[in-house]
Parts: sequence; C-alpha cells; structure tokens
Amino acid sequence: MKRFSIGKLTLPMYSVLAIAFMLIPIVYTIIFSFNDSNRGNTTWKGFTFDKWLGVCNRPDVCDALGNSLLIGGISTLIATILGTALAIGLVRYKFKARALVNLALFLPMATPEVVLGAGLAGLFFNMGFAPGLLTVTIAHVVFCLSFVVVTVKARVQTLDPVLEEAGRDLYANPTQVFWKITFPLLVPGIVSAALLSFSLSFDDFIITYFNSGEVTTFPKFIYVAAARGVPAEANVIASAVFIATILLVLIVQINGAVKRKKLLKVK
Amino acid sequence: MAFAAFGSSSATEHKGPTKSGAIVLALLMPGLIYLGLFFFTPLFSLIITSLQAPAETGGIGEYVYAFNVENYVYVVDNYLPQILRSFYYATVATVVALLISYPLAYFIGVKLRNRPLLKSLMLTLVIAPFFISFLLRTIAWKSIFSDGGAVMQTVYSLGLMQPSEHFLGSDFAVIFGLTYNFIPFMTLPLYTTLERFDTRLLEAGSDLYANPSKVFMKVTLPITTPGIISGTLLVFIPIAGDYVNASRDFLGSAKTSMIGTMVESDFLQNWDYPSASALSVLLMAVIVILVATYVRSAGTEDLL
Repeated sequence: MKRFSIGKLTLPMYSVLAIAFMLIPIVYTIIFSFNDSNRGNTTWKGFTFDKWLGVCNRPDVCDALGNSLLIGGISTLIATILGTALAIGLVRYKFKARALVNLALFLPMATPEVVLGAGLAGLFFNMGFAPGLLTVTIAHVVFCLSFVVVTVKARVQTLDPVLEEAGRDLYANPTQVFWKITFPLLVPGIVSAALLSFSLSFDDFIITYFNSGEVTTFPKFIYVAAARGVPAEANVIASAVFIATILLVLIVQINGAVKRKKLLKVK
Repeated sequence: MAFAAFGSSSATEHKGPTKSGAIVLALLMPGLIYLGLFFFTPLFSLIITSLQAPAETGGIGEYVYAFNVENYVYVVDNYLPQILRSFYYATVATVVALLISYPLAYFIGVKLRNRPLLKSLMLTLVIAPFFISFLLRTIAWKSIFSDGGAVMQTVYSLGLMQPSEHFLGSDFAVIFGLTYNFIPFMTLPLYTTLERFDTRLLEAGSDLYANPSKVFMKVTLPITTPGIISGTLLVFIPIAGDYVNASRDFLGSAKTSMIGTMVESDFLQNWDYPSASALSVLLMAVIVILVATYVRSAGTEDLL
C-alpha cells in the first residue's frame, strides 16, 4: 500500500484541491447573495443583508420559487412511490423480463434532456395538452423515477430476508411484514431517494423549458434573466436551498457514519 | 450504480427469495406503465414527427403525417458543424472529467475506507454542487472569467493571452463549464466500484515484483472498468445533449452552438418540429448504440 502512493501527501492534497475547485462557484454564489447590487449582480457593490430579508421584494423570483417547490414536491412524491415499488420488485423477485425492465429503467437516465423535453412537448402538443404545471410535473416524474429506483435498490439489497422470514414465522401476514419490518428498514434509502429526486426536479432546466409554457420555475427564471443579469435575490434562494439541503444530507451521512464506526469497533 | 452512494452500499448483498406472480406485477406495473406513457410514447412520437412534411396550407408550424426522410438529410446538411461540435465537446469533457475524478474517487473509496466520518464528509462535498442551481454555478464561472475580472486581468498581464482574445465564448470555456458541471456524475460511479475494490490485490501485485504503474494498469484499472464505463455514459450522454453551457448568455457564443441549441431554436422559436425531432432522433440513435454496446459487453444487471 505504502509503496503504491507517490509520496504520502500527494493524493490527499490533490483531493482537497479538487474539492475546493468544485466548491468555488458555490462559494461565489453564496457571497454574491450579500451583494448590494441594483440590476446586474456581476460586480461587488458592498455587503448587505437586504436581499436575504426582502427576497420577495422581487415577486417574480418568489413566484418562480413557489412553482419549483410545488412541482418538486408533487413529482418527488409520485416518483418515490412508483420507484420504491419498482426497486423492491426488482431485487426481491426473479422474473424473465428482468433484463428488459433494467434497460427500460436505465434508458431515461441515458436520454439527453433535449430529447425527452422535445419528445414530451411534441406528445403533449399532439394530444392537445396545454403546457403548464401539470405537464412539467408529469415530465419531472419521468427523469426522477429511475434515480429513485437506483437509490432504493441499493438499500433493498442490504436487507436481510431472514428478518422478514422471522416476521412470517411469528404469524405476521404479508401486509404486516411489509409495514412493520421491510418499510422501516427501507426508510433511509427512501429518504435519500426523495432528496435526490427533489434536487433533480428543483434544478431541472431543459425539460422544464420545453414543457412549461407560461409557467416559470426557478431555473427558468435564471435562464431568462441571464441575458440581462440575474438579481441577487436568486442567489439568496439558491443559497438558502443549498444550506438547508446540505445540512440535511450531513445529518443523514454523519448519523450513518457514526453507526458504521460503532460497528467497526465491535468487529 | 452511480447513485448507490446516496443509499447504503456498505453491507453485504443477500440473494432474494425466488417468487413471482401477482405481487411482482403489482410492484412493477405502475412504474412501467408510467414510463410507457411518458417516456417511450414521446420517443415514438419524436420518430413520427421527424418524418412529417409541411402542410399544404403553408402555415408556420403546421405539418402533416408523411414519410419525409428528407428531414434527416436536411438536418445533417445544415447542422453538421453543431453535431460534430457536440460530440467533440462531450469527448474532451468526458476524458478530462475522468482524469480529474479517478484520483479523487480513489482517495475517498480506498484511502478513506477506515475513516467513515471523513469519507462521508468528502462524499457530501462531491455531491454538494447538486444542491445549488447549476445555472447559477455556471453564471458564477462566467463572472469569474469575465474580461474585467481578476483572473483574466492576471492572464492578460502575464501575457498568456492577448487582450484581444477572450476566454468566454471560446470552445475552451464551454468545455471547461461542461467538465465542471458533470464531474460529480463521473466521481460517484468510480467511487462505488473503488469502494468495493479489494486492496489485497495491490499487495499481491507488488509481491510479484510488479512496479506501481504496472499494478495500476494490470490490476486496479481492469477491476474498476465498470465504474469507468458507467461514469463515461453518465457524463458523455448529458453533455452531448446540453446547450446551457454553450449558450451565449452563459459560457459560449454563436460559434459554440451545439445539437441542443438547434433543437431548442427549431422547436421553440421556429416551430420547425420535424427538423427538431429529426435532430433529436439522430442524437438518441447514437446514444442507443452506445448503451447497446455497453449492454452487450456487461449485461443489464450493473446498469442500475
């Protein structure tokens, strides 16, 4: 092991630098949420809390945020339910069409957003569906679904079927086994999946742009505003969402890591 | 695969009981029907639209069902530079993302194996960009690299670039943005394979007098190939279809337009649905070929 590394510090230092590089635009975005800017938000004009305290002084930013939260919430709920069922079915049961189902679930992840966006927009157009909140939500479920399956599947694979057998031995019916044993064990995976799904939906631009008609979501607002200059209020919302999500993820991750550390000590 | 890192992947796998029937159908059908309606039908509808011909009334955006293969000839003739540029950007950005991600994933997955807390922290930082608007992150790079900014002023004063040259709007800027935006999609699947990598194999290699680079080429690299392939798919495909980085309001210019740029303008501005669809079908065809090649060599189990 020791001989394999080119100098002990090279790899850790490289990794820290790589991560720092990844974080540069995040830090930049957060810093510029405190910029006392008027129209554009490209040059530093001085520190202020005003943009944080008065985000909804820009009602267009707040409306866009509201739409994004609504679309993200509903599409995550639908994708998580459908995806969790798919993940359980795929791991727990053997059936002939398995390879086909795997492929059907992988393809949406492997489809460029323009293709799915244009395809759905064309379909809705041909069916006479007016683009709006409903069409965007339907579209978001499509690309969130496969990511939910992947995430929950990883969790189902770690479940010990013996626990469920024990439940059945104690005369629990299948419904009881599922709700009292399987589901509680799957919760961490389902939570991660929902979080991922919400992030994907909240940040989606291309598919939304093709299917939203008059409705503006948060990314769509930024894209349209980019031509004239994005207001600092947008940075405030993005920073707030980032800080909230990262705290949630850290809590989940640290919790898991501490548990694993305890297990390592027992070994 | 890639996002297994979000769930828990450290415990052992158990083979599930072999059952089938009504339960499987009840679990799988709702999701599959949904994908049938809103994923496969739209793709099919794209193919139909890509063959449409202009309506005889001559109205803008009016088309009739036909078998107009000429649409494909038209898009290849007119959009060849954009098609080639998209795959060129995607290839370069994927290779750079792989080179940047591999050592990072190795560090997190192998070196931090016995430090769960630090490992979780590093992983969270790798996925941190997912939680803040990618449009704003791209705009942040645009501001950082603007002609009047500190970075470019330094570059100019060092004589690395002439004041008449600009970073923004160049191929390099777009490739930079694409690489940056998709690095986590490369790092995660690499991490998942490297995390499972048995380091005793490295010792075995050096015991057999292989030097470190030979051990890497003969042991580490072949074993982590599945991660490299899924990372490559997850990065190459979305980049080939992206047009935000290349947009002139972001890092690109009129000279950096990609396939997506053309699909968007044909679909949303020109109402030229057949051309937009034909271009989308061509892009999808290339991707289906890539995925099919992968499936033939690795099967479908590791796809998800």
